[in-house]
Amino acid sequence: MSLIKRKPQRRVAIIGAGLSLFMRRALDTGKELSYYAASQALDAAGVRRKDIQAVVMATAPDAFDGVHMKGEWLLDGAGGVGKPYLRAYVGGGSGVFSIISGWMMVASGLFDLVLVVAEEKMSSCQPHPQGAFLTIFDHIIERPLGPNLLWIFSLEQQRYMAAYGIQNEDIALVSVKNKHNALAHPAAQVAAQLTVKDVLDSEVVAWPVHRLMVSPISDGAAAVVLASEHVAQRLTDHPIWIQGVGWCLDTSYWGNRDLAYPRYVEQAARMAYEMAGITEPRRQIHVAEPYDPFAYKELHHLEGLQLADRGKAPDDLAGGRFDRGGELPTCPSGGLMGVGNPIAAAGLMKICELFWQLRGEAGARQVPGNPERGLAQAWGDLMQVGTVAVLGVR
Amino acid sequence: MSDRVAVVGAGEVPLRPLSPRQSYREMGFEAATRAYDDAGVTHQDIDSFVSVCEDFHEGTSITDEYTPDQLGAVLRPVHTVAGDGLQGVAAAVMLIRTGIADLVAVEAHCKTSNILAHEQVLTMALDPSYERLPGITPHFVAGMEMRRYLHETGAPEDAVAMVVVKNRRHALSNPVAAYGEALSPDDVLASAAVCAPLREREISPPADGAVVLVLASEEAARRTPKPVWIRGVGWASDSPWLAARSWGQASYASLATQMAYQMAGIAKPDQEIRFAEVDDTYAYKELQHLEAAQLIPRADAARIVLEGGTRRGGRLPVNPSGGSLGMGYCFDATALYRTAAAVRQIRGEAGRAQVERAATGLVVSWRGIPTQSGGALVLSAD
Repeated sequence: MSLIKRKPQRRVAIIGAGLSLFMRRALDTGKELSYYAASQALDAAGVRRKDIQAVVMATAPDAFDGVHMKGEWLLDGAGGVGKPYLRAYVGGGSGVFSIISGWMMVASGLFDLVLVVAEEKMSSCQPHPQGAFLTIFDHIIERPLGPNLLWIFSLEQQRYMAAYGIQNEDIALVSVKNKHNALAHPAAQVAAQLTVKDVLDSEVVAWPVHRLMVSPISDGAAAVVLASEHVAQRLTDHPIWIQGVGWCLDTSYWGNRDLAYPRYVEQAARMAYEMAGITEPRRQIHVAEPYDPFAYKELHHLEGLQLADRGKAPDDLAGGRFDRGGELPTCPSGGLMGVGNPIAAAGLMKICELFWQLRGEAGARQVPGNPERGLAQAWGDLMQVGTVAVLGVR
Repeated sequence: MSDRVAVVGAGEVPLRPLSPRQSYREMGFEAATRAYDDAGVTHQDIDSFVSVCEDFHEGTSITDEYTPDQLGAVLRPVHTVAGDGLQGVAAAVMLIRTGIADLVAVEAHCKTSNILAHEQVLTMALDPSYERLPGITPHFVAGMEMRRYLHETGAPEDAVAMVVVKNRRHALSNPVAAYGEALSPDDVLASAAVCAPLREREISPPADGAVVLVLASEEAARRTPKPVWIRGVGWASDSPWLAARSWGQASYASLATQMAYQMAGIAKPDQEIRFAEVDDTYAYKELQHLEAAQLIPRADAARIVLEGGTRRGGRLPVNPSGGSLGMGYCFDATALYRTAAAVRQIRGEAGRAQVERAATGLVVSWRGIPTQSGGALVLSAD
């Protein structure tokens, strides 16, 4: 079944990217972090704020900052004053969705030059941002049980392991790979050289999830500049094109779903593949940034994205297929496990990474073989939403 | 493929001060069912879904989690705009113009009766370091703005009171409205000051409800019974800081309407717009927004309102639905209720609220204090 009515007629390119450092307890405000990333993206694209016609902001729960209508509050830091400004929001999927929202603005023909900013400041939530997540659950059925995110993701990891006979050692390897990859990332918060034993020796936060299998609490921002075809060709010799986008939201009643397989990620990927004309994703995608807030999620998502067989992603990982020099490098940035997880900003960081990888500008992180097409994916809500973007050099 | 987009379906749950028998999900289901039926489609025909909501209004973080089931949108492309209803409409318009979707549903709901102290929520929208004043009503922002507006224009407070009288009277003819009432200007002026010169009856009272619109590409709209065309859409934000705003004028509404007029090819709005549904969260806002939308010259707004020029039978009918003062205020769902009301006017289905020759209408929205964000929509019969 077709997931889009027809292929978009107007092409959209990324022409600049910017990223703040990811860190715990940044002294900068969320507005300042946004300003920093946005300024860098504008500089990289060679344009000024006054040239920008519209701004997209992505940022996750208002509860982190204790500010109602947080998007409104952040808008001046993101360069939105005096412009059409839109906050797109799909929980943890917001980072990758922000570029989808920006893509709509340009692909609709309404705007030629759009700034997309994603910001998160989790540290200001005291005593711990997990507190903000107590309020994401159904207020009648679930909240009285006092669940938090670690609790439900441990359920999902357990189910994934049980369904396919996966061992925790297999999953720990994701932490090892990504934290190692992040050693080459100048913005990284939790890069490290670790062994599987180190990961499994770290404390259990909610069985089977160990501390080193969880991304950290982070503050940070990311930004990109999007342009229509004729504007992009005037401003840069190396535009990176948004070839396909997809998103999908599953039922709110997550307790009724089989958590072993993220079917919503599959739907989102199929939508993006159809738009991008991809029929053999494993051959046609050269570098991937799947969402990895927890170690098992990278594997889980690679399967949903059709980039690995169900239950077999751990084998591919162990065989080196996903290493920076492997057949399909995944999270060459270091991902959320290594660079950090300021939620919405982390998703857009993945887009920034693909922009640099596809332009051959990723420095020590560069994957070999001149990759021509990459995929970024994010996930969020109640293990419920998949957002996918496929980028390419033509 | 053309870039034209139409509203082809509208479904509302009547606004009410309390809704003890329905959850917001049940209200959303009812609104969606009505909208799909109105458009002659089913949920399976809808290609993409947009919900409009804010966490603190729901008391739920990441509240977009709870949007798909009641819309028939499980495992489908659904996304949320944490913004104004017209920003949700703009997102749907853009989606359709990309070509990937022919039919898009836009949903918003509001369960204000679940909120114990809305003022406390509003206070949390102010900058926590520089602007938040615990224990002081956040309506002070509107009080200051109203004071400045009256000072700059010389408009009498009677004109603001007349907006309330007009809108609450209009609401008597609208079955969706919660607060229809026959008032006199003296009733309004006698109500208590909330933050002088702003009075209690000049603040629109809250209401519960849910509303869904179905938007369509030209190709798909031609197959539906009653398309109303979106000729222009615009939205804009000005500085969020209290210290960096003009106070007397709604700059965001000027920018938003200019964008919408440009898309619609409207050069003389006061001659081309037949009726308007403009934000009246606070009564003075109606005057400010009419002026920003270039429908009434600044110097004349008060006089025209006092003379009855903005009544249903006047030269420029404003808020024939009753507006937020008469229908009830429902946060970001407000603009979608008003769009639905404008669609019914243009279809000639507004019953006792019908404006004569209502061929072209304007909707202007605002996100409320302390924001300077709003939207504009030009709707037309052809």
